[in-house]
Amino acid sequence: MGFRVDHASQVKPVRPAGGTPTRRARVSAALWRRPWARATILLTPPLAWFVLLYLAALVVLLITAFWQINPFTTNIERTWSLTNLTTIFTTSAYLQIIGRTVAMAAAVTVADALVAFPFAYYMARIASPRTRTTLFVAILLPLWASYLAKVYSWLLIFTKGGVLDSVLNVHLIYTNWAVFVVFCYLWLPFMIIPVYAALERIPASLIEASQDLGGQTWRTTRSVLLPLALPGIVAGSIFTFSLSLGDYITPLLVGGTSATFIGNVIYSNIGIANNVPFAAAMALVPMAIMALYLLGARALGAFEEV
Amino acid sequence: MTRTRQRTGGRRRPLTIAIGLAVVSVIAAGCGSSGGSSSGGGGATSNAATQNGGGAVAGQTVPTANLPVLQKVGTGEGQLNLIAWEGYLDPKWVKPFQQQTGCQVNAKYAGSSDEMVALMKNGGGGQYDMVSSSGDADLRILYAGDAHPVNIKLIPSWKDFYPAFQSPPFNTINGVHYGVSLQWGPNVLMYNTKNFPTAPTSWSVIYDSKYKGQVTVPDNPIQIADAALYLKTTKPSLGITDPYELTQPQFQAAVSLLAQQRPLIKKYWGLASQEIFDFKNGNVVVGAGWPYQVSTLKADKFTIGSVVPSEGATGWADTWMLAAKAPHPNCAYKWMQYISTPQVQALQAVTYGETPDNKLACPYMDKLQAGSCAEYHANAPASYLDSISLWKTPLATCDNGKPDCVPYAQWVSAWTTQVK
Repeated sequence: MGFRVDHASQVKPVRPAGGTPTRRARVSAALWRRPWARATILLTPPLAWFVLLYLAALVVLLITAFWQINPFTTNIERTWSLTNLTTIFTTSAYLQIIGRTVAMAAAVTVADALVAFPFAYYMARIASPRTRTTLFVAILLPLWASYLAKVYSWLLIFTKGGVLDSVLNVHLIYTNWAVFVVFCYLWLPFMIIPVYAALERIPASLIEASQDLGGQTWRTTRSVLLPLALPGIVAGSIFTFSLSLGDYITPLLVGGTSATFIGNVIYSNIGIANNVPFAAAMALVPMAIMALYLLGARALGAFEEV
Repeated sequence: MTRTRQRTGGRRRPLTIAIGLAVVSVIAAGCGSSGGSSSGGGGATSNAATQNGGGAVAGQTVPTANLPVLQKVGTGEGQLNLIAWEGYLDPKWVKPFQQQTGCQVNAKYAGSSDEMVALMKNGGGGQYDMVSSSGDADLRILYAGDAHPVNIKLIPSWKDFYPAFQSPPFNTINGVHYGVSLQWGPNVLMYNTKNFPTAPTSWSVIYDSKYKGQVTVPDNPIQIADAALYLKTTKPSLGITDPYELTQPQFQAAVSLLAQQRPLIKKYWGLASQEIFDFKNGNVVVGAGWPYQVSTLKADKFTIGSVVPSEGATGWADTWMLAAKAPHPNCAYKWMQYISTPQVQALQAVTYGETPDNKLACPYMDKLQAGSCAEYHANAPASYLDSISLWKTPLATCDNGKPDCVPYAQWVSAWTTQVK
């Protein structure tokens, strides 16, 4: 990333009346003459943080995935092998878990997009500023509540004798449908906001032009609105998809006997079996899936001009 | 896409906004989930995930066995750093201890046996004095050389312990003590008395298709031992003697019994609170659980019953172990003396919902909560304890020295890949 210097706006180092520059002015002048020094000072702390705490942790994870544990002491044995990854990709149960996780994440993403689009459209183009503000607050307010409180409140809705059971006679508790509903609820704001941002910036003239050319509602939506809102939808989907891919608490609390997802395998291998290498290998799976997803998202224009 | 970008270049892009939003919520979710795991790990949860007993392991020696033990408890060092299950360091009994001894207790709560093993690495790192570990952690800690021998003569109340807990194989190796036993408890069969007017006498009810979708069992690989215990009686041809020492065919029989049970299960519970919730709301009517859940439900006047069925039951037992590099040994001995006394044993048993190891604790329990002594079987005869198979980590080497047994790592993978 370049460090552009706008010469027109540069202020010359201040010299006091006496003619000898102050120390502060000298430092400032020295930095002005050496843009690289300025960039170094500015970027070292955040880069150090990023490299040491973030990238280093990921690298350690990557390395650990190729180690094993001693089954008795559960100490990590630093011998290199692909055993963990081979186990994951040759055990049908793990493949099934990966498939289930990806399917769940995809279903949640599609459902959230379907709900978010009309909602965001209303907010961006129809609602009065006052209503819009109210809706914004309504969307963002749940984000301030504790994640656990939200999941537990859904448990109360799903349970026998709860609202769904007593009013609609629907029994969702401890099923993957319950997991699906809670995921959709939890991640919806992350879809609405970017779609709203994308829809809001579509100039009204484009929609008018489509209508002037005889485009009906559906045609205008399909040919004008959707293509222009697509980067927003893709941006939102990155969040709904990745958050669903990694979550293990919701399946643990509202899921049933087949609610084992990638996150649950990682959790049980760290928390119960203390098999950190296997957990690390399993953690590489969602990372790989997300890398592919982000490449696809880039192709769809989600990162343009970022 | 770039067409529109040019016209609206000043606006923020969707992704930028979404990232900002995500940062906020990830922080929020992070707080939420850390809350979840801490409540999930401690006290009333599957803390017993990998508990274990067992005796000396063939071919292994305890590296610290010959370290000199303390001969006389001296003046306290003023501090005591303890690793404990959540709920094990309640102010109710920690505060009086601090006043009596001047040892300030600093608690570090661990969420699992494995976390305890990790914290005790390198003899407690010269930082921690003791850990309230369970069976399997005990053996792993002391064979790693992280536990210090204890002079049991300095703990007066120890002689009042039930014999089974004086020198149990999970904390005493070749006559050397590495800590003092604390409390124990069984995994009982729980049932809603509305659905079971007469108490069931066999674990068969949780394998009975009559209760399809109404059964709950712990989400824990050690549950394979419960299945093995049931098969020990019902299928004697398998020749199971110890539910934690299973040969490959015995292990497979237990695993396939659990796989058959899976369609009957409403929920594999992870938190004690979860099981309480499900019984209360009628999501389940029968299952396996701890006396803690039973007493909590009883306190709420819920129609719950519990029994140790004819096949027996599994159970856990905890120990206060001394760290090899304990920086405050005098305070640690004072703690062991204090925590073993009948009054404190009773207080912890009633507060936490488990059975004391000190046989004199019974009257104190009843004083704290009428009927609690009988409820937690603190006065039960030895035959009751004999019906409980205390948890221990399954090892590849069986007790007879043959390498025929299925190790715990395989239990974990079978639980995820074959049962669930």
